[in-house]
Amino acid sequence: MTTSNFDLAVIGGGPAGMAAASVAAERGLRTVLIDEQEYLGGQIYRSITRTPLKKRDILGTDYWRGEDLVRSFRASGATHWPSTTVWSISRELELGLSSGGKARLEKFKHVILATGAVERPTPIEGWTLPGVMGAGAAQILLKTSGMVHDGVVIAGSGPLIWLIAAQYLSAGARIEAILDTTPAGAIWRSLPALPEFLFSSYLGKGLGLLAEVRRKVKIISNVSYLRAEGDGRLQAVVYRRSGREERMSTDLLLLHTGVIPNLNLANATGCSQAWDAVQRCFRPNADSWGATSVEGVSVAGDGAGILGAEAAAYSGRTAALGALFRLERITLKDRDAIASTEQAGLRKVSRGRRFLDLIYQPSPAIPSDPTKACRCEEVTVAQIRNATAMGAVGPNQVKSFLRCGMGPCQGRLCGNTVTQVMAAERGVSPADVGYYRLRSPVKPLTLAELASMPRDESDMKAVYRN
Amino acid sequence: MAELSPDVIVIGGGIHGISAALHLAMTGCRVVALEKDHCGRHASGVNAGGVRTLARDPAEVPLSLAALDMWYAIGDLVGDDCGFECHGQIQIAETEADLVMLRSRVDGLRASGYHHEEIIDRRELAELLPAVSDTCVGAAIARRDGAAIPFRTVLAFQRRAKDFGVVFREGEGVARLRRLARDWEVTTSLGERLTAPTIVNCAGVWAGKIAQQVGDQAPVEATAPMMMVTLPIQRVMEPVVIGSSRPLSLKQLANGTVLIGGGQSGTPVPHENRTELDFSKLHRSCVTVSELFPILRGLTVVRAWAGLEARMSDGIPVIGAGSAEGVFHAFGFSAHGFQLGPIVGRIIADLIVRQATDMPIRPFGIQRFAGCNA
Repeated sequence: MTTSNFDLAVIGGGPAGMAAASVAAERGLRTVLIDEQEYLGGQIYRSITRTPLKKRDILGTDYWRGEDLVRSFRASGATHWPSTTVWSISRELELGLSSGGKARLEKFKHVILATGAVERPTPIEGWTLPGVMGAGAAQILLKTSGMVHDGVVIAGSGPLIWLIAAQYLSAGARIEAILDTTPAGAIWRSLPALPEFLFSSYLGKGLGLLAEVRRKVKIISNVSYLRAEGDGRLQAVVYRRSGREERMSTDLLLLHTGVIPNLNLANATGCSQAWDAVQRCFRPNADSWGATSVEGVSVAGDGAGILGAEAAAYSGRTAALGALFRLERITLKDRDAIASTEQAGLRKVSRGRRFLDLIYQPSPAIPSDPTKACRCEEVTVAQIRNATAMGAVGPNQVKSFLRCGMGPCQGRLCGNTVTQVMAAERGVSPADVGYYRLRSPVKPLTLAELASMPRDESDMKAVYRN
Repeated sequence: MAELSPDVIVIGGGIHGISAALHLAMTGCRVVALEKDHCGRHASGVNAGGVRTLARDPAEVPLSLAALDMWYAIGDLVGDDCGFECHGQIQIAETEADLVMLRSRVDGLRASGYHHEEIIDRRELAELLPAVSDTCVGAAIARRDGAAIPFRTVLAFQRRAKDFGVVFREGEGVARLRRLARDWEVTTSLGERLTAPTIVNCAGVWAGKIAQQVGDQAPVEATAPMMMVTLPIQRVMEPVVIGSSRPLSLKQLANGTVLIGGGQSGTPVPHENRTELDFSKLHRSCVTVSELFPILRGLTVVRAWAGLEARMSDGIPVIGAGSAEGVFHAFGFSAHGFQLGPIVGRIIADLIVRQATDMPIRPFGIQRFAGCNA
């Protein structure tokens, strides 16, 4: 085992990771930010240092906020390991790393997971057809390569739909329609959180986006069912509205129903997690400093629970302060004093979030039987329901029955669906059904990479014994 | 009330416990099986699935050969083929010294009248395993061996046992064992009290503690044999491959994925019901595989795991009667028990119902550990 030259490993180059690494390095921790991407920014500020979109207003002012974070990070003295995958974390804080086709193990004193969010999988019939993708994925293409597509249909629910629609319009693309699946009653459900929302920064931004998109795009609301159709690739989307099925031709369908914490690494590390009944997803259990149930492992940003990019930066800095205190670099008094500004900022930017969570709360309705829940192993919703009826009580047994969640995505695209289908079938809460017990390597790596790890002394003895 | 006072209480829902329950129920016994987690949760459900007579401890050979015959008729026994495929198992000799060792074992087996193992030369090895490195000098082969799918096997045994009336209480372990006048009383972790004249201890990693409560000593060590699986590729090998001087077990499953195991142990954490992987050791398996099968170097590993497995200090299991009346043990299979599942269940049922077995089980008596500190 090799002890790292660094004290702190921050995993993820988005707002939470950049902010955490900056604070830790400024206050004297030997800090490395490890990121799978080639360039800083994470998903939200993806390609912030090098996007080909020269017209700044295409991506909007919120996007360019990422530049400040990059500047602070570069001034902080923290080290950046780009294009480096973390595929394992042991309880002893030994990280399995891979870059340039070679793997290695390095032990740190503290780890901050800033692994961000992933799009909530939106399983519908036909969603594996070429031509169907996540709205977030489309946004990545826009940010990194300036790519848009004419005649797109955007379907689902959540703030990102309006943001990407606005970005597409600014970039000059034509949007065929938006199929809004937000239920009509959602507004009533969210009323208690309305006053706070009215005084938040979300309101102005949100209304502006909505107004602009509504003026230019055909919006079909109260959509209750979606199906993608096509022979070998997407040709049409079928949707249901007021009990009637309608059909719309398109060759690109962008699906979106919000984002959920990317918790694979935390889960595989053994961090306990809890079901968030409002956001309808699991998130790691953490205290106000981001400390998880595993000693020395903290979470920050959307990976700890969805709060958005601005909140992520504050929570990253708070987690860094927690790590600095744990490693005895600052006193309790200092920690609390410095953190008070961060916590106030976090409260301010989180204001109004609950309203959004409630109005865009994903539907608990489970996908239709023929829908593929697990894309890697092609397991349908019906198969999961049958296995549950046969006595499987949780996702880990269904995994053994059906192999769902055993493919290369490690459950990212089916975990949430499997839990909710089983919960509905058993008539219990998703909290009682639980989630996959994930195993390293959390990211696929090759035999050659694993074989390339440096050999230590005990290793030589073991290999050449007899 | 029959459920609370059956003829036999089986402790542990792994392959051996379920097989014992099934064989007992087939003779008409009323059986309750207790499993503290869910059946097949540990070693039985997540092992490499080897159905291997090759390279067995000499004491195990008769049992293993009898078990193999049962595997060939597994569908008749449990109503499912358990994914059993028989393309042979091959133990590769990397060096002349390896080959000498293998040859002396095969000669020894022949002298005892066993012919299931053969030595093959470099040419035949290359024919059977075109993907193997041409540096290998030969191998031992057991042509009738194969592999099955572990969790599916456990489920099939369990389903058939239920058909014969076995009552499974999953999520319910043993809190306390007490001898009454004629029966054993089991207080479960849910506070229920069950009584039966006979109990069977198949509690795997936890079997040492059960044995202690019924007056037997057995030092059970928890281990965590690690495994890895890759993304699927086209068929490159049919037989299961094991190593000689380097630990290795390798096979390609019907779905094209390649399973790599071979006895490297991670860290067992039995009191928390979990295991931890040790990638510095898994790395050794990867080195071995990439040297012996260069074609597999580019394969993508998608998952690694380890199950909790009981190991005895002498590497062979405990099978047979305990010292107290009405106590039987089958545990400590030391990472090679899966194949023995069908026969061990039959042996235990025979011991209980007929008070005798035709299998030579003397080497497996728990009495060999008398005086050991458990």
